[in-house]
Amino acid sequence: MSTTEQPSSTSTGDDITITPDTAQTPDSYIPPTDRNTIKKEQRAELFRTPSFIIGFSITAFWVLCAVLPGLFARWGENEAVRVDDRTIARQGPQSTAWFGTDSIGQDVYSRVIYGADNVLVNAPLSAGIAVLFGAFLGLLMGYYRGWVDEVLSRIIEAVLSLPVVLLALMVLVTFGASRTVLVLTIAGLFTPVVARTVRAAVMTEAQLDYVTSAKLRGEPGMFIMLREIFPNITNVLVVEFTVRVAYAIFTVATLSFLGFSVGSATDADWGRDIAEGYSLIQAGQWWISIFPAIAIASLVIAINLIADSIAKVYSA
Amino acid sequence: MLRYITRRLLLSLITLVLILIALFALTRVFPNDPARQLAGPFASEERVQDLNERLGFQDPLPTQFGRLFRDVITLDFGESFSQPGVRVIDLVKPALWNSAKLVGLSLLLTLPLSIFGGIMAARKKDTLLDRSIVSFGLASASIPDFVSGVLLQFLIGVQLGWLPALSNAPRDSGFFTSLKFILLPALAILFVYFGYIARITRAGAITAFEADYTRTAYMKGLSNREVIRKHVLRNALQPTVAITGTQMGYLFGGLVGLEVVFNYPGLGRLIVNAANAPDFPLLQTAVLAVAIIFMLATLGADLIIAWMNPRARLDLGE
Repeated sequence: MSTTEQPSSTSTGDDITITPDTAQTPDSYIPPTDRNTIKKEQRAELFRTPSFIIGFSITAFWVLCAVLPGLFARWGENEAVRVDDRTIARQGPQSTAWFGTDSIGQDVYSRVIYGADNVLVNAPLSAGIAVLFGAFLGLLMGYYRGWVDEVLSRIIEAVLSLPVVLLALMVLVTFGASRTVLVLTIAGLFTPVVARTVRAAVMTEAQLDYVTSAKLRGEPGMFIMLREIFPNITNVLVVEFTVRVAYAIFTVATLSFLGFSVGSATDADWGRDIAEGYSLIQAGQWWISIFPAIAIASLVIAINLIADSIAKVYSA
Repeated sequence: MLRYITRRLLLSLITLVLILIALFALTRVFPNDPARQLAGPFASEERVQDLNERLGFQDPLPTQFGRLFRDVITLDFGESFSQPGVRVIDLVKPALWNSAKLVGLSLLLTLPLSIFGGIMAARKKDTLLDRSIVSFGLASASIPDFVSGVLLQFLIGVQLGWLPALSNAPRDSGFFTSLKFILLPALAILFVYFGYIARITRAGAITAFEADYTRTAYMKGLSNREVIRKHVLRNALQPTVAITGTQMGYLFGGLVGLEVVFNYPGLGRLIVNAANAPDFPLLQTAVLAVAIIFMLATLGADLIIAWMNPRARLDLGE
């Protein structure tokens, strides 16, 4: 068991400009050096940041919709809205259907609520797997360097030279669009970016004294990577995860808009619902696609607010 | 300098070969029976056999890969699967040209506006103006392109009726008419990229404004305008140039959803159609085109940076 105490350096080599928010702290203030205290203070600071609170509330709302859609929905996922025993299709927003009805009479509002679960399951899952693999590869590349790093860097460069949506499209065409394929594809395509970020962070850490002293103690490489360096790059991983979730939502939504959605064909799905309704915008029936579009936009903006506030708190 | 360019080109070549291997794996190795997939489930066994023979699906894989490699070098990718008799290259070329028009117009709008926004935000750092540029940028850049496309189409194209909602201009329309038809998707791209580029420029400009050489320039008595033009911009814009280079592949091939929304016949839509058909030669060629554009653009960006910054030039020369 090593007792190396690292004065928690959070410098990640990122080029985020630091806003001098700490200027108000009195001169007598002594910054805590214990890692747990720092974590606690950072968390408290986070919940004082307005942009984090906004982002967190919107995300929490959508998570609630994904878990308990019945709480908010007024009609069933595939239920036709009926007024005086007649189905009303393609009707604008009104009191029985707040967001109007789609081309087969389903309530757009309820489908927006029901549609949250698709992205909110697939996106964090793929981002999580990507961060897991990316962290592992990044640790190996940044710590050992050498030819492994060189070869992996070439492969990463090849993957990064093509837009994610394009590559995902080709993989889904080849293997078919199932949830497993979708999640693994996005995870696989995000792994290189994560690996590159982690590699840079590990390279900065590897130059610090605590790594050198662990090496001199004769610790094995695996131990140094996982027990010495890893605890010092968790901040990078948290930021990377939130950013990846936002991009994963972006990708999942785009793919389902292009016709590669998972789940049964009648499930509510924001991307697919937009795909089914967007051509009706010109005919004046905008509500079918605009409300799911606003839902996607609100969720991605919320996640980005969270990611941005976390990055700011860590770098302050 | 020449040595640097050769080295960069060699590295790009390795990347290109890796992409070729991936493309080959996805389109030839993994599909169980590509000929059956092409002919459809109801085609006769003879037709599937015929396709297999004609397209060489039953040759050993190395032979097939060699053929793909030869196609790339001779720039002859054969005929399209989905439109028999049409050469793939004749489908890719017009799509590439259309994408180039859209990308050109949107960069013409996006770059000056977002650079201006970024510099203004950096100059008025931590004011309301700065905060609103940064937060608007964060919000607009994170929305998927097809979502902002749909929203803009609804607001500007339909509700306000200022611009055509779809971008398929009538045939033989003049320069300005066709410009009008692609203005709305270009605005959607502006919406997606403004925040991203403005934020990058802002970060670069803040560093440049705080640098010693900028203070020296002010103390020499140069006017604000001169300091920004001669000293700040030259240094602050390097990350912006680099980012623009790396985004080129995405602009040409990644705006798939946006091109579908506006019914624009660019590379992105060609690739979706090829993927849905599935039309493997077309898919391979179009994706390869995107990769090559990405490589040329990043190389170009590096050369522009070298021209802007003598120190980078030194690094390159080794």
